[in-house]
Amino acid sequence: MSKFNKKKDAALPAVNTASLPDIVFMLLFFFMTVTVMKDSTLKVDNTLPNATEIKKLEKKDRVIYIYVGKPTKEYEKVYGTESKIQLNDKFAEASEVGDYILMERAKKPQELQNVLTTSLKVDKDANMGIISDIKQELRKVNALKVNYTTYEGDAFRNLQ
Amino acid sequence: MSKRGAPPEVNAGSMADIAFLLLIFFLVTTTIETDAGLDRMLPPIEPPDTDVIIKQKNIFQVNINREGQLLVDEELINIKDLRAKAIAFLDNGGSPSGSDDYCNYCKGARDASSSDSPSKAIISLKNDRETKYSTYITVQNELVGAYNDLRNREAQRLYKRNFTDMEAEYLNPETPSSVKDELKEKVKRIQDLFPQKLSEAETASASTN
Repeated sequence: MSKFNKKKDAALPAVNTASLPDIVFMLLFFFMTVTVMKDSTLKVDNTLPNATEIKKLEKKDRVIYIYVGKPTKEYEKVYGTESKIQLNDKFAEASEVGDYILMERAKKPQELQNVLTTSLKVDKDANMGIISDIKQELRKVNALKVNYTTYEGDAFRNLQ
Repeated sequence: MSKRGAPPEVNAGSMADIAFLLLIFFLVTTTIETDAGLDRMLPPIEPPDTDVIIKQKNIFQVNINREGQLLVDEELINIKDLRAKAIAFLDNGGSPSGSDDYCNYCKGARDASSSDSPSKAIISLKNDRETKYSTYITVQNELVGAYNDLRNREAQRLYKRNFTDMEAEYLNPETPSSVKDELKEKVKRIQDLFPQKLSEAETASASTN
């Protein structure tokens, strides 16, 4: 009898890990719901300039993105090294911006169509000429709210 | 000996491993980021019906050339001085006391040859097609900063807090609507004290067109 007792005392009770999957699943679901998959792969260099007086772009469903910059290494041979516009997944000319905005606008629900913002993600080395062309196109389709998307940081660092 | 026991239990020990694997995948791919930037309104394409005559002294002309140099009111200046210059112009309040445009909250020089009042003052920004985007953003940032500095000053005087904070809270979708309504009025009032009149005319080009 004493033999049995001794054995019982020596073995530590195992920690119950039955709830571990539940905890992990909880975390998993959290991350699954907050994850936003990247919607377009960048084909242009996109180092944004810095600015301090920035406002956050809330509500992603109300934003249309336009990327501008030099084509990346792999596209350099085909598209050259001049700054290019990227709409969704392909390169485009400035004249196509208007149609793109109208197309994207039509995709959004009715009540959001008037409150859309165009986010211009422009590489800091781009020239203003291409931006002026885009702005002109945006004015033509009455997409007047723009956001020059930047990083937060000292604006004078842009000049170096 | 047909002793039927309970069916063998499925081993769920590896479930945690599988869940961990998925968890790590989503952890790695998650980017919780919100973009931020300078909000601007473009002018509508239709020209205004009536031509408004604006006095030359109410316009603050900013030109950026292709080398990124700044010409402000016919004067070559350093980009670091732009904000102070813009504040001095906006806050000038040049019209004499008693007139309609008299600005009682302005703290500027009250120079008769500069802007009459903040609501009349217009900043006009022109750039060359060859101007670098980063320079343009810096200039935009400084001009918006000038407005924000002045608005912050007035908000501090009236409501003891910064305008930029108030605006950020107002625009934040998580702010309850009761707070929002209260903020809306305050934000509107400050905006009316220093309305943002930043005009961007069509770009001048160095070539013939």
